[in-house]
Amino acid sequence: MDHERLQGFLYDMLLARAFEERAAQEYTQGHIAGFLHLYPGEEAVAVGSIRAAEPSDYIVSTYREHVHALIRDIEPKKIMAELYGKSTGVSRGMGGSMHLFDKERRFMGGYAIVGETFPIAAGIGYSILYRHLPEVVLCYFGDGAVNQGTFHESLNMAALWKLPVLFICENNHYQIGTEIHRHSAVVDVYKRAASYAIPAEQVDGMDVEQVYAHTHSALDRIRAGGGPYLLEFQTYRYRGHSMADPGAYRPPAEVRAFGGQDPILLATRELARHNPPSKSAQASDPAMDVIQQHIDKGFAAGHWQQEDVATMKAQIQQILDEAVAFAQSSPSLSMDDAVYLANQNHAHEVLF
Amino acid sequence: MDENLFYWQAVNIALDRAMEEDPDVFVMGEDVGLYGGTYRATENLMAKYGELRVRDTPISENSFTGLGVGAAMTGLRPLIEIMTLNFALLALDSIVNLAAKIPFMSGGQFPVPLTIRMPGGVAKQLGAQHSQRLEHTLMNVPGLRIAVPFTPQDAYGQLRQAIRSNDPIIVLEHDLLYFSKGAVDLDAQAPPMHRAIVRRAGTDITCAAYSLMVAEALAAAETLKESGISMEVIDLRSLSPIDWKCLQQSVEKTHHMIIAEEDSGFAGAGAELAATVQERCFYSLDAPVSRVAGMNIPIPFNAALESAAIPHAADIVVAAKKMLLERSQTS
Repeated sequence: MDHERLQGFLYDMLLARAFEERAAQEYTQGHIAGFLHLYPGEEAVAVGSIRAAEPSDYIVSTYREHVHALIRDIEPKKIMAELYGKSTGVSRGMGGSMHLFDKERRFMGGYAIVGETFPIAAGIGYSILYRHLPEVVLCYFGDGAVNQGTFHESLNMAALWKLPVLFICENNHYQIGTEIHRHSAVVDVYKRAASYAIPAEQVDGMDVEQVYAHTHSALDRIRAGGGPYLLEFQTYRYRGHSMADPGAYRPPAEVRAFGGQDPILLATRELARHNPPSKSAQASDPAMDVIQQHIDKGFAAGHWQQEDVATMKAQIQQILDEAVAFAQSSPSLSMDDAVYLANQNHAHEVLF
Repeated sequence: MDENLFYWQAVNIALDRAMEEDPDVFVMGEDVGLYGGTYRATENLMAKYGELRVRDTPISENSFTGLGVGAAMTGLRPLIEIMTLNFALLALDSIVNLAAKIPFMSGGQFPVPLTIRMPGGVAKQLGAQHSQRLEHTLMNVPGLRIAVPFTPQDAYGQLRQAIRSNDPIIVLEHDLLYFSKGAVDLDAQAPPMHRAIVRRAGTDITCAAYSLMVAEALAAAETLKESGISMEVIDLRSLSPIDWKCLQQSVEKTHHMIIAEEDSGFAGAGAELAATVQERCFYSLDAPVSRVAGMNIPIPFNAALESAAIPHAADIVVAAKKMLLERSQTS
């Protein structure tokens, strides 16, 4: 893979991680309220898959979607302002953390009811089919969403009508606090696609290059008229489900194994032997943080030096400082504006 | 030019014309294509417009309704038919959380020009699961508009307006209206979608009704005339928003008001009507607003009990006489 792309991935992942940690900090300081679901650990999935898509493709995302929006090149300050509920936010402060929308970038929303992304993506896919365009919908969902009726209903319709939808499962093995073995009879999500004759693969979601490569070929296949496709990325979230969740239900060894943050790696591995993470989780390198893994690879291949990484981090720090300052100084929408917004689509109609 | 049409034919022509005029309009639902719709409303459309624009769906109400929302977000104008309103309970997430909220939550970036048609109401011994309307459930959702056409003319006109609108709109039809007949002028300028219409003028008492209940109210007015009582009948035509001005003008004239609704009265559409009319017109009213509504039980299958569980013209007559009699006794 070429140097520039790998560097881009690194920058994207560092930005993603730093944005989320900054959001957590703003939340802890009371600047952001409401639900806040963060992405650390899963960065390779959003970065690898969204960078494989074309600007004309559509993204439909979940309530854990800040990073999808960032990688779709929505300005960090507009996302931060949305978390603050300000009028300069990407959804004008009317959506919030779980409802980021950007029409220009075909970012079709984050959805807060698990399983809603499926029919929305199917509908956009229907629209693409209707207009005979070479576009694809990237539909994100977690492992917890596959037991909703909409997963099965929408996959069936997508297959039946050959809708150009790429279903992307971010399998982090937990639906809030319930581990996948306790919520799904079949824990390999990709196997479920076989019920609808949709081709599917299970891929290491901690390796950004693999994510990119598999997404790219899946998109090519769909664009060529092959109908829907499903990719299951095995990943892990380092934090709890949301800021309100300390994540106490997970074995510490499992968290450390994925995070690679424990200074005493041997001890971690020893612990993990007694209290093993799920089989699928072991598929990725248990010692490495997803971003550190990418950094180390780049060092080894001579793609970058320690200073390059430090420079990127400094740039990102500045962007985030500006984003927070922008969010803090932005105005809120007035109630009059909100009421106008609620009625604007029939402003030209005579109702009575 | 006026044509005498069945209600279902008026719906059918509305769909046909909308599809002819605008290539972005498509129809989707269970058995809307090859079968032509359970009430024939989509008859012949598939032959004329093809499968992409007239799509038979699997039995997946929540997802094909949600699919309509996704398609609408990208500029198409989907017409979703839900075979009966009772199945819409399975699609409530798509209606309430998606269609009604996306235009607002997206900061105005994504209008949802979606129309959902569905029949409901008590028909002939369909059992409790197929004998309800649920308009109250949908009325309580900001972001939705609800039309309840009673005449074939309105079935045509309001559906055309709904499809042209950029808002998500629910068109509630009634099982027993599809084979009612009426004059339809396809080229007439339709009144605004949410304007209430006085179907029969009167001076002593007002009866506000919608959908099939307008027929009962009109029959009641005819009976009351024999007793020298002049009842005004208002066809609301819309349940969200509601034409309060029309109701207010009528109450200021008659000083008495009855609301007729088929579904259970408890927390029903009539509760909203009664509360608001009393807030707005308290000093014009000579008696409390009265509701003639369905009983608060699941609709029985047994024919006699089924009929007894919902209001008829006779019940409206009794309520009107009682209200006016009490008034004359106290004055």
